[in-house]
Amino acid sequence: MRFMMLMIPAGYESAAPGTMPDDTEQVDAMMAYNRSLQEAGVLVACDGLHPPSMGARVRFDTGRPVVTDGPFAEAKEVLGGYWVINVASRDEAIEWAKRCPGAVNETIEVRQVMETDDFPQEMQTSLADFEAMQNR
Amino acid sequence: MRVMVMVKATPESEAGVMPSKEILAEMGRFNEELVKSGVMLAGEGLHPTSKAVRINFSGKERMIVDGPFTETKELIAGFWILQVKSMEEAVEWMKRSPFQESAVELRPIFEIDDFGDAATPEIREQNDRLRQQTEGRG
Amino acid sequence: MTATDTHRAIEAVWRIEQAKLVASLARQVRDVGLAEEFAQEALVAALKRWPETGVPEKPGAWLMATAKRRAIDHFRRNKLIDRKHAELGHEIETEEDPVAGLEAALDDHVGDDLLSLIFTACHPILSAEARAALTLKLLGGLTTGEIARAFLVPEPTVAQRIVRAKKTLAEANIPFEVPRGEEMAERLGSVLAVIYLIFNEGYSATAGDHWTRPQLCDEALRLGRIMAELAPAEPEVHGLVALMEIQASRIGARIDRNGEPILLPDQDRSRWNRLLINRGLAALERAERLGGGRGFYVLQAAIAACHARAASADDTDWTRIAGLYAVLGAEAPSPVIELNRAVAVSMAEGPAAGLEIVDRLVGDKALKTYHFLPSVRGDFLARLGRFDEARGEFEQAAALTQNAREKTLLTERAQSCARGEMPDR
Repeated sequence: MRFMMLMIPAGYESAAPGTMPDDTEQVDAMMAYNRSLQEAGVLVACDGLHPPSMGARVRFDTGRPVVTDGPFAEAKEVLGGYWVINVASRDEAIEWAKRCPGAVNETIEVRQVMETDDFPQEMQTSLADFEAMQNR
Repeated sequence: MRVMVMVKATPESEAGVMPSKEILAEMGRFNEELVKSGVMLAGEGLHPTSKAVRINFSGKERMIVDGPFTETKELIAGFWILQVKSMEEAVEWMKRSPFQESAVELRPIFEIDDFGDAATPEIREQNDRLRQQTEGRG
Repeated sequence: MTATDTHRAIEAVWRIEQAKLVASLARQVRDVGLAEEFAQEALVAALKRWPETGVPEKPGAWLMATAKRRAIDHFRRNKLIDRKHAELGHEIETEEDPVAGLEAALDDHVGDDLLSLIFTACHPILSAEARAALTLKLLGGLTTGEIARAFLVPEPTVAQRIVRAKKTLAEANIPFEVPRGEEMAERLGSVLAVIYLIFNEGYSATAGDHWTRPQLCDEALRLGRIMAELAPAEPEVHGLVALMEIQASRIGARIDRNGEPILLPDQDRSRWNRLLINRGLAALERAERLGGGRGFYVLQAAIAACHARAASADDTDWTRIAGLYAVLGAEAPSPVIELNRAVAVSMAEGPAAGLEIVDRLVGDKALKTYHFLPSVRGDFLARLGRFDEARGEFEQAAALTQNAREKTLLTERAQSCARGEMPDR
């Protein structure tokens, strides 16, 4: 089963463009954590994201796409980064999230990734074709 | 550069309602187009937050909160990772997506070079190495 | 939207539409050079018009219609001169408008057009540099300036290369089509070689502007991924994609804070990009399922995969790597491959077994100035405690290398051997 661990750092919603992780100790701890995920063979992907002030949003509710540049005043919880891990159970995913050297302002949300089996039967064939196309 | 595209949750996605066959077929075509253009590195949908947990950190303490989470606008229902030349290119791709509602948020991904420990051009200049590398080299 | 925003939006649209546009036009006008000119004219028209009107809802269709109008005007002007052109103009006019956007992309026509464009840009009649430049221009939508910066050559040189390449293709009357049968394998080899050359130009580069070099790796990967969907039955295409994905996964771990290269065994493997590794392993599986296990790129990808699968350098399956090099050497004999096999064998079975292979390579003309040969041989000899001979090898390697830092390193090793000490590796 694959799970996504979403890292939500409070305050990142208003971070200035070009903000970088600057706490060396924190960065090193995070690198060590990533290494442990990798060595356990569970890490599928992980990335850090630039702040929303460097991002953009596209809305579709007016019939035509509307593009707005960040920062987004109304945002309360934003993503700072994510991991995708491949584990045997939900409990194992939660256990990995607990081991993250998170700071006081950080929250991790653990979400299960949709697999082909989670979709209705009639769609699975085309999804399987697509997965082959994606090299998965 | 790589860009993460986050699909915002809707009341329907949070309720676990599957999109209609038509929408799914259109989304499938859109995804194929992304793959055929060589820009799609990954793309996944997520189960609703009713099945999720959140972990809050405080020193050694870990506080676990079960879903569902109520701030639907802030939640994510799925994502893509795209390899593009610019933010504008990623935006242009998403404008072509078959979404009828909801919204997506695009954010550039940190690359190793962003962390400033990459080599300066002058230093790299000194490291002009042979094309045909020998086993055990980088 | 400010003018700059619109300008950047147009660039993004161009990046997405350009290859399809040129490919479709080339099929109609049967000349890649002309097709690109009409596409460029459409771009110029968009740059003039869209800042006033905004980007149209179907920008691809707009560009296509504009380019086609330019083509028809061009052939009308040349009507008196040339009957063939007059007929072409008429054909373009009567052809149904291609539907823009998604529908078009799923149309086989577009796939065939794009493939034809790649095969034409990589035609063996052109020099390797010309193929690479033309491919980046026509399929990547890069500007001449971007290509010049990426290859560290003056812009006029690239511009000239491209002009000459288009002229060569036109004069040789190269048909705009996907090669079939026997010819396909050979021509595909040429396409893959061009893509890999572009990748290596970025991957082995340690000189120049550090932004444009990784960009070449990205461009090559993108071309490879496109090829994998256009020719999904060709195992070597997936082999090349696998090789590039796995090599690219290490980009973040190959250079230390001072810009010194970090050798594979010493790299921090947590800095390897897992997503790219997983993509690479999946592409390799796809190639092997198609029965391409003995392909030139598939074998190299399989070797790269052995390293990618090893959690640490000590976990590397050197026996398997040595075996893969043996197959690779049987398929494509080369002293460089044999030298690599020697290193793998020495890791699997010890330095004596490696030395046996290397000794057979001494005196090979192709390796006469190749400093890796004495440097590898010196390493084996030192590991066997034969320091005196090892010193001579390291001195020879130091004399052969063009790279100042490498020279220093090899000289230090020679000095260690002179003291009867095991040199740092």
